[in-house]
Amino acid sequence: MSALRLDNISKHFGAIHALTDVSLSIEPGEVVGLMGDNGAGKSTLVKVIAGNFAPTSGEIHIGGTRANFHRPIDAQRAGIEVVYQDLAICNNLSAASNVFLGRELTRQFGPFRVLDYAGMRVRAGELFKRLKSETRPRDLVKRMSGGQRQAVAIARTLLSDARIVLMDEPTAAISVRQVAEVLNLIRQLSDHGIAVVLISHRMPDVFQVADRIAVLRRGRLVASKRAADSSPEEVTGLITGAIELA
Amino acid sequence: MSPENKTMSSNTLSEVIDRSEYRSLLSRITSHQTFWVFVAALLACIALSLLTDTFATDRNLFNVSRNFAFVGIIALGMTAVIASGGIDLSVGSTVVLSAMVVAVLMSSGMPIWIGVPAALLAAMLVGLANGILIAYAGMPPFVVTLGGLSVVRSLGMVLSDNKMIYEFGPDTAMLLALGGGATLGLPNPLIVLGVLAGITGFLFKWTRWGQHLFAMGGNEQAAKLTGIPVMRLKVSVYMFSALMAGITGVLEVGWLGGVTTNLGQAMELSVIAAAVIGGANLAGGVGTAFGAIVGALLIEVIRNSLILLGISTFWQGAFVGSFIVIAVAFDRFRSARSSD
Ligand SMILES: Nc1ncnc2c1ncn2[C@@H]1O[C@H](COP(=O)(O)OP(=O)(O)OP(=O)(O)O)[C@@H](O)[C@H]1O
Ligand SMILES: [Mg+2]
Repeated sequence: MSALRLDNISKHFGAIHALTDVSLSIEPGEVVGLMGDNGAGKSTLVKVIAGNFAPTSGEIHIGGTRANFHRPIDAQRAGIEVVYQDLAICNNLSAASNVFLGRELTRQFGPFRVLDYAGMRVRAGELFKRLKSETRPRDLVKRMSGGQRQAVAIARTLLSDARIVLMDEPTAAISVRQVAEVLNLIRQLSDHGIAVVLISHRMPDVFQVADRIAVLRRGRLVASKRAADSSPEEVTGLITGAIELA
Repeated sequence: MSPENKTMSSNTLSEVIDRSEYRSLLSRITSHQTFWVFVAALLACIALSLLTDTFATDRNLFNVSRNFAFVGIIALGMTAVIASGGIDLSVGSTVVLSAMVVAVLMSSGMPIWIGVPAALLAAMLVGLANGILIAYAGMPPFVVTLGGLSVVRSLGMVLSDNKMIYEFGPDTAMLLALGGGATLGLPNPLIVLGVLAGITGFLFKWTRWGQHLFAMGGNEQAAKLTGIPVMRLKVSVYMFSALMAGITGVLEVGWLGGVTTNLGQAMELSVIAAAVIGGANLAGGVGTAFGAIVGALLIEVIRNSLILLGISTFWQGAFVGSFIVIAVAFDRFRSARSSD
């Protein structure tokens, strides 16, 4: 059964048709590279799936059941996690605190519920190990490399039993070595049966990690095919419109 | 680019990291601004005891510690606000409002157990108003609390008809003892400061409220995206700050034995200075309860030293003001160096 199925999703902002009749389904463990020019509607699609925007029309199905998200928290409860473009990380807190931000572990201490720092560190450590990342839970995020910060943002998605992880340009602002680190993290997610939607403008990254490539052009889905059956040249053509459909 | 490279190359040198992570306790302590401010305050105390024969007298120490307590208590609230990414300029006015409410109510014959809670409630309403305007109306904290500074002091004047109040009805003795008395040889305000500092430190470090407050100060967008109720949190932070000012107002009435409407005037500056000197970062995300106290201590000792050394009190403002600037400059300098 599909982890995520979109049926004829449209999203209009007044006169702007950001998305028109997008239908797409994604299997568990599948990595989909979502590509398209600036303003093609990629971020809008992610936000619709993540419950930030309600679609103007169309249906979202998660694991076979119809989803009706009003707020991001609804999507989160349904197993959808988002790694935002700017990572949504607090530099002044430790890696562990960031992983648990908003979902802190607590324990009873006399009449008080206090933060369970030890528990959070242990759990965060396990998640980093699962992601095969060197990140240490105690370290301040401020002092981390771009790749480690990605690991923190991605570890957060593992905290709940995420089924779908949406990543909006996770490799846009980091060095080459760190990109490799992030692509590894994506493979780890996929190995755990999590479906990943990866938005990126970087062709090599997408072809390295994606099982399937989906291309949006002016709000329409113009391709959704196995990466092995496509090529960077074809995708470039699809993005620019030199190739109409595939 | 370069800070990333630095971290990456030290990644491979695991010993470097081990050394930095498991540094000795001593080096961890000495790397904190709070520690050095504490040392400075201590040195100032020693110098004053040696240079003057008035500093180390019981009477002077009693006064210094009480003044220090007033600034310190409000600085706890201010640290919360600053760490959350805001600022509260209305605290000095909230002090006078709280003092006026308790004074007016008690002088009209009300018992202390009505007067004090009413004063604290009035203070918290100020915080609530600040918080709502800042969080829900999205107005800048500086503007909202600057307006509050003026409005709230004016309310205090209206309430008292701008007269001095020194009669507090049947419970007068209790009110005077509360702020002016001592327990076990320690001035009561100092004890209140100790208790509140403990509570604040606990809230900062061990509760979700504290964690969320620092997260919001560090990156408000991130806090919002992770589902932290940022708006409610902001309101609670300004109410906390106002409550601290309210408590101070009540204690000050007892200490002074009377209230005039210029109580707490320009206090916000000393309080902000105390918080900032104690390590609170005006950009948000950083601050400690202990730092607030140490900052307040240094300010009060310096202020007292000016008086004892016979330097005109007109210089006080210059000192407090420069302290804020120096503390911020110091912080800038440090963060510039660490991001080189
Ligand atoms: N909240 C909004 N209100 C109005 N229009 C919007 C809104 N969000 C997006 N749009 C419009 O929808 C279209 C698609 O935008 P979107 O951000 O999804 O593009 P994108 O593919 O993510 O582009 P980029 O590669 O630049 O991130 C654009 O024309 C944009 O101006
Ligand atoms: Mg985008």
